[in-house]
Amino acid sequence: MQKITRESLIQKGVELLENGTVDRILGWGKGEFGYDITPTVFYDKESFSKNFEFSSFCGANFSKYLLKETRKGGKILVFIKPCDSYSFNQLLTEHRFDKDKVYVVGISCEGMADVNKIKQKYGEIASVKEDENGITISTLYDGDKTILLDEVLLERCKVCKGKECVYFDEFIGEVKENNPQDRFEKVSALEKMSADERFAFWQNELSRCIRCNACRDVCPACTCEKCVFDNPNSGVENKAISDSFEEKMFHIIRAFHVAGRCTDCGECSRVCPQGIPLHLLNRKFIKDINGFYGEYQAGKEIGSRAPLVNYKKDDLEPSEAVKREEE
Amino acid sequence: MKKCSKENIYKVFNALSSDYSVYVPVKEENRTFYKKYFDGVVLAENFKTDRSAKDFFFPQSEDLMKFKTQGKSIEIIDEREESEDFIIFGVPACDEASLRILDRVFLAEPVDTYYQNKREHGVIITTACSRPEASCFCSTFDIDMARPQGDIRTYKIGDYFYFEGLTDKGNKVLDKVNALLEDVDQGEVEKEIENIQKVKEKLPLKDLSVKDFGADKTQEFFDRKEWAELSNACLGCGTCTFVCPTCQCYDIKDFNTGKGVQRYRCWDSCMYSDFTKMAHGNSRNSQMERFRQRFMHKLVYFPTNNDGVFSCVGCGRCVSKCPISMNIVKVIKTLSKGGENE
Repeated sequence: MQKITRESLIQKGVELLENGTVDRILGWGKGEFGYDITPTVFYDKESFSKNFEFSSFCGANFSKYLLKETRKGGKILVFIKPCDSYSFNQLLTEHRFDKDKVYVVGISCEGMADVNKIKQKYGEIASVKEDENGITISTLYDGDKTILLDEVLLERCKVCKGKECVYFDEFIGEVKENNPQDRFEKVSALEKMSADERFAFWQNELSRCIRCNACRDVCPACTCEKCVFDNPNSGVENKAISDSFEEKMFHIIRAFHVAGRCTDCGECSRVCPQGIPLHLLNRKFIKDINGFYGEYQAGKEIGSRAPLVNYKKDDLEPSEAVKREEE
Repeated sequence: MKKCSKENIYKVFNALSSDYSVYVPVKEENRTFYKKYFDGVVLAENFKTDRSAKDFFFPQSEDLMKFKTQGKSIEIIDEREESEDFIIFGVPACDEASLRILDRVFLAEPVDTYYQNKREHGVIITTACSRPEASCFCSTFDIDMARPQGDIRTYKIGDYFYFEGLTDKGNKVLDKVNALLEDVDQGEVEKEIENIQKVKEKLPLKDLSVKDFGADKTQEFFDRKEWAELSNACLGCGTCTFVCPTCQCYDIKDFNTGKGVQRYRCWDSCMYSDFTKMAHGNSRNSQMERFRQRFMHKLVYFPTNNDGVFSCVGCGRCVSKCPISMNIVKVIKTLSKGGENE
């Protein structure tokens, strides 16, 4: 078992390109400042070796890009982190793409950094470097700083759902134990609020929504060919906040739509340009489903039936659920 | 040139509040935005807001008119009202420049009266940027962050604010608070401008050049094969267009109120699948075409129709907000003819 580095992934990618296993690679592409990674498809080993990046800023989950990529010919290599593999499985469960057109290299992960947290704490960053001591950032006005990854983890990494990939053709890296925080902590705190307090909390958060729909566009559970909110004939298509419906309802409707299928990958909150903690809505559903029907993790097994679309004789009666909520 | 102390700036805001709504940049929970000034509102340390001053003149959604139906008659209700007089304080050079770009669109014939009304009643007080962000590249478009335009230009130096009226509208505002300001010479400000020049040298994107782009270059760039690669990961979310101070596309919609129709306009985005959808369908069917449209508009089409002026001011918001970190900087670098952007 080896530690994952940019070099080890390039070596693996070049090997698979050369032996004909794949004809292209979906990976993280270099940015301007070191932390601004763009998902990129590489077609040859030269550009791959030059522009592929792997660092603590590779949070982007590639699973959803496979919908588009598997419609092309050939076979694509994709690097999948443990948490991304849940989205991958969930998409297979929903028959969203042909897995034979993908070669998955599962890679171990020690968590990814949230660049916004770093900027808030240390100011403007001109560039970043990484080695075994941690992440070194060159700030514009305050010199170089070395920071520990643990201080600046993405929200979803603090509550990591496990270090093992649940799908891969081959796996590289080392699986370390981790001690995730309780992912329902904030949900529980919200549940304890009075209805008015909770309303005020969401009103404040959702009032900032600009309806760019980036949360939907990035969400691996949102894979409709044409979203109802993009369809001018639907009667609900909208591009701007025209009334209070927008801010209060859109995200709640979306959370209902992905309930039971959401793997809690956290991409919605990561990409939100307005910093709205959208994952909390999904986690509320996950917490309720776990409480009512027993623990369930979407995407853990290909083909598993989510509690909300599965009937069992000992299922909780709906009235029972309401009673429990009231307790 | 006038100055006042950091404490007195609040007295200035207070005094102006009797004649104007005064909007100032504040920072709350890691977000910087304009807030209407009242006693107790504290200025942000850095004045660059998450969304630009564009929103004051061209809001995300805006009612245009109402249609009231009764039997077979339709009454058209003009909803335009005279805008309040307002001041926006602390606008950076890039965002002020963006308003002059928007003017070329909205104030050209036929004049957009909704925009014009707010523009006439708004006073822009700019502030020079002493702490630009890593993603800033206004100098690429010949915008000087040390000498912002606007109605009044200000500098924040040490414990003082320095004011310089640039237009009649601006001087009228300064006259109202003359008692709170003291006369000074240019010395301190000249030093600050020199400091800012030094800061500019540190910016990672300081050498970004758009000299390959501009008017009448459509044929040169339209069919470049790099568009496919650049646009491949684009989510089509349109965040770049929403945070952009120069993006000005909108859609007009009718909302059925039950008793008639509320006609409003809202921001639209060339990144969306239903943008400029016509009876025959959509003119740009792939995300590559939509992506290309946005950057061709900023770097080629707009200059073609507007005396060579680019419709980007280098504010860097799209650079820091794009969920997949694809942006105009990467587009410019990739499509430039090698050399100067390497």
